[in-house]
Amino acid sequence: MKKNLLVSTGILLLSSMIMVSCTGKKPGISEAKELNGAGATFPKVLYEKYFDQYYQQKQVQVNYQAVGSGAGINTLIEKTIDFGATDAPMKADEEEKAGSSVIHIPTSLGAVVLTYNLDGNPKLKLNATVISGIFLGTITKWNDPLLQQLNPEVNLPSADIAVIHRSDGSGTTYTFTEYLTKADPNWKKALGTGKTVNWPVGLGGKGNDGVAGLLMQTPYSIGYVELIYATQNNLPYALVQNKTGHFVEPTMESVSKAADTTLPDDLKVSITDTNAAEGYPISTFTWIILYREQRYNNRDIAKAKAAYNLLWWMIHEGQEINETLQFGRLPDLAVQKAERLIQQITFDGKALP
Amino acid sequence: MKSDKLFKIVLLLFGVLILAFSVGIFLQLFSGAWKSIQQNGILFLIKQVWDPNQEIYGALPFLVGTLVTALLSVIFSLPLSIGSSLFLNEYIKGGWSVIISSMIDLLASIPSVVYGLWGLFVLVPYIRIVENWLFQNARLIPLFNSEPYGVGILSATVILLIMILPYSISVIKEVLKMVPNDIKEAGYALGANKWEVLQKIVLPYIKSGIFAGVGLSLGRALGETMAVTMVIGNRNALPASLFDPANTLASVIANEFYEASSTLHVSSLIYLALVLFVFSFLINFMMRLILKRINAGMIRK
Repeated sequence: MKKNLLVSTGILLLSSMIMVSCTGKKPGISEAKELNGAGATFPKVLYEKYFDQYYQQKQVQVNYQAVGSGAGINTLIEKTIDFGATDAPMKADEEEKAGSSVIHIPTSLGAVVLTYNLDGNPKLKLNATVISGIFLGTITKWNDPLLQQLNPEVNLPSADIAVIHRSDGSGTTYTFTEYLTKADPNWKKALGTGKTVNWPVGLGGKGNDGVAGLLMQTPYSIGYVELIYATQNNLPYALVQNKTGHFVEPTMESVSKAADTTLPDDLKVSITDTNAAEGYPISTFTWIILYREQRYNNRDIAKAKAAYNLLWWMIHEGQEINETLQFGRLPDLAVQKAERLIQQITFDGKALP
Repeated sequence: MKSDKLFKIVLLLFGVLILAFSVGIFLQLFSGAWKSIQQNGILFLIKQVWDPNQEIYGALPFLVGTLVTALLSVIFSLPLSIGSSLFLNEYIKGGWSVIISSMIDLLASIPSVVYGLWGLFVLVPYIRIVENWLFQNARLIPLFNSEPYGVGILSATVILLIMILPYSISVIKEVLKMVPNDIKEAGYALGANKWEVLQKIVLPYIKSGIFAGVGLSLGRALGETMAVTMVIGNRNALPASLFDPANTLASVIANEFYEASSTLHVSSLIYLALVLFVFSFLINFMMRLILKRINAGMIRK
């Protein structure tokens, strides 16, 4: 009697398992149900919303770790993740280390803003010379004549400026330093562009959130973060003078205007120090990076298909989410070129069905 | 007896296994750091510049940051831990002693990252008030000569101090319990009061215990990462005063390892890890030697 019960339970379990696995099958190639990505903290807020929506719509779980652009690139090179995210396009030596070719798909536009902790939250105007001076340590007091000149109506305190920068490798730093390298010869000579630079002064915070946290704790401080970190924490941010002389406020419009320029086919373009009259000068694309040839390690075509679908969604339906979080939408030209790039994804040399 | 021999072999095996781990870690660190060792040699320890962009690496700022914060926190913890242990053992009885001891042990179980968050949001504003006061009034002393940010060496030292207290207190308390009653009573019989007995008889007796507690605390303080990295300011330069932001070996590795892409950068970070490993080993070794000397001295007495 007992033996019969055991055997019948076993058969029941086995058959139910077979039935369940059968119903999952659809004709054609199915996609994987889980993807892993890592990289920039800059678009973290946006990506978290993207992937949450994507899960609700498509039931594909996308895990994203905001560990910094540098780490995103490294983990992609080591092939431990499905896609990376970076605000700094990969350099030549990084692409060489990757081995096979990596495509960069832009997902949105963001602004790096100068945010500060001053009494009364005044709206400051800054330009490249002054920003460079502050972060190089040559301008040390808030009421320095150069700062006061740009902001005659503001009562700047005589306190020392507490500079806050990133302690980890960051695409945000890359965008910030790239802008300063282009716009200020002193900066170009002293520090140049990089995901990290040898900061002569200031405190280091880990991640965009670390900088925002330190900034809120430290009076008379100034730092650079992605726009959303400033607005979500109710921090004031400055207008920056662009190449044409206008003081531009970082908004979605001014960031999109900065991208109004010729775009190369591989979309690895920098839009800092833009020529656009009303463009915000410290704007950047942020990219998702992945291998063009998706067959490596023991990936299967389902994973490749999942990545393809995710990217396609991100540059089309996902764009509706951008502006709700103050990230700029991709201009149409960028979307067209990005579509072509995504269609270049292959598995075992063959295009995906 | 066969089981005796088996027991001996098993114990030997465990001992060798642990030794193998340590040696294995050392070898792995050494091979990972090899590229940087070739490039920089032993002078790495005194080079001051850490610039990943220009590929110039030197360990001195982190070595100084680590040693200063660890040593200062241990030195300041001495009066606090000896005082609390004496209080718990000699001045309060039974139930209360157990309750307070448990609360001190709780301090040891708080995760490092929680200490860091607490430090950044609660401790640092208070430290900033103290630093501002010292900066206004005692600026002539070079130790207080820098712009007070709040985060920096002083905050890191205070956080470490709180984190290492439970370790030294527990060791010293155990040793205090082992002080034989007859030497204390001999002191009282000779007319000493409680404070004199504690100061002149009990404390010298537990010298080795205090030292062991110090060694344990120092070991923890040298390697502490998360709490320190949140309150030390993360500046890769030599600190000139107590208020300066700085960086420690563990903290810079935690910050930069994930994103380091050039092989020399990664190798230099592993070199830093190797330096920390060797330093911790050397300090522990020295502590044990001194401990041995103290114990030998005690036996002779």
